[in-house]
Amino acid sequence: MKFLRQTLAIAAKDLRSEIRGKEAVNASVSFALVILLLFSFAFDLEPEQIRDIAGGLLWLIFAFAGTLILNRSFARELVNDCLDALLASPVSGAQLFFGKCLANYVLIIIVECVSLPVFAIFYDVRLPQRLALLFLVMLLGTWGITVIGTMFSAMTVNLRLRELMLPTLIYPMLIPALIGAIQLSRVLITGGPLAENFIWFRILVAFNVIFTILALALVEIVLVG
Amino acid sequence: MRLKIILTLTLIAGLILAWNLRRIFLQVPDEANQGAIFRIIYFHVPAAITSFTGFYIGMFSAVGYLIKKDLRLDSIAASINEVSLAFASITLVTGSIWGRIIWGIWWTWDPRLTSYFVCLLIYFGYFMLRRAIEDPNARARLSAVLSIFACVDIVLVWKSIEWFRTQHPGPVLEIRGGGGMAPGMEAPLWWNFLALVMLAAALILIRTRQEAMKLEIDALRRHAHAF
Repeated sequence: MKFLRQTLAIAAKDLRSEIRGKEAVNASVSFALVILLLFSFAFDLEPEQIRDIAGGLLWLIFAFAGTLILNRSFARELVNDCLDALLASPVSGAQLFFGKCLANYVLIIIVECVSLPVFAIFYDVRLPQRLALLFLVMLLGTWGITVIGTMFSAMTVNLRLRELMLPTLIYPMLIPALIGAIQLSRVLITGGPLAENFIWFRILVAFNVIFTILALALVEIVLVG
Repeated sequence: MRLKIILTLTLIAGLILAWNLRRIFLQVPDEANQGAIFRIIYFHVPAAITSFTGFYIGMFSAVGYLIKKDLRLDSIAASINEVSLAFASITLVTGSIWGRIIWGIWWTWDPRLTSYFVCLLIYFGYFMLRRAIEDPNARARLSAVLSIFACVDIVLVWKSIEWFRTQHPGPVLEIRGGGGMAPGMEAPLWWNFLALVMLAAALILIRTRQEAMKLEIDALRRHAHAF
């Protein structure tokens, strides 16, 4: 219970700071819109074809835009040595990490909720009737991005080239989760059979569970030593 | 002592490879469907097994560092991962050459190939991270954590052949339930595996020594800057 309370305190602190400054969310939403614009020049496809690749495009937007939020997650604590103060406070590394994970998760979901309808309008993609299932896929896929991203954000926070290092390190790591999320989103948007693709749900869940446990177990080593 | 071990390992590996090459090219017949190009399997599969085994041993060495905080274990982990990365590159290149002849394409986004490529990129990231950190203890700590994450990803690579429908040929070795290779054709593969493992061990010993020297030089440099 104490673990949860302190974790939520960290998450609330990060969210409050972001609501006041809005620097990461604004940048992330703007970046998502820029990618949406760029896609229109990269592809000149029929509506049918767009629907086929919509899952892939969506998750590329989510992954790229999400990185901007993840990059700021630990980097914002460097000013005034806030990270040292947080580590010195009676909060464990796991709590700090999990709190930041929750805050990042909420922020990335907000960015996704803004970019999904914009994507649907720009590219004339009818959102599936099974919208709740698509949202579930978004929740699962985004948790994978958040856990890996927050962990690697902690690992690269003190590096000079952290903005370059983070995407280079996390995208290959995220491939299994991204493939799963893309496949499921494609099936839901095109109205394909879900039963045959249930394996992707299992892969997403397994990815999330394994890496959440690993990250919680190892984050103390990363942050404190 | 270390030099003698390296020389012995290299010499034995060289002799086995020379003897085995004679068998592979002069004694083993062409494969019924693939023809002469199937011989690439004698390098592709041993290199793949060596690289995967190496990544895991590298991870155990990294875990050893996290437990004992001995920088020598970190040097060993980095050396093993570096040599494994080289063998992984050999696997991808030989696989690509084989694919050009049999499939008619240099590369296909087959899930197994993709996963292998992902592994390669993760370990490129591992070495980028190591280069970016100057403090030896922080470098060892963070790269050990990355190594553990990477090895979990390798499990996905291994399982991907069962998870996805794949263009990659099914298992042919008896130990993987394949049983698709005649004993006379399979034996040289295991000899090549032995030779490549010995070669890898020699390279790892050389790299470990270099890493230890690098640590010594860095310590001396820091000591000199302190004055």
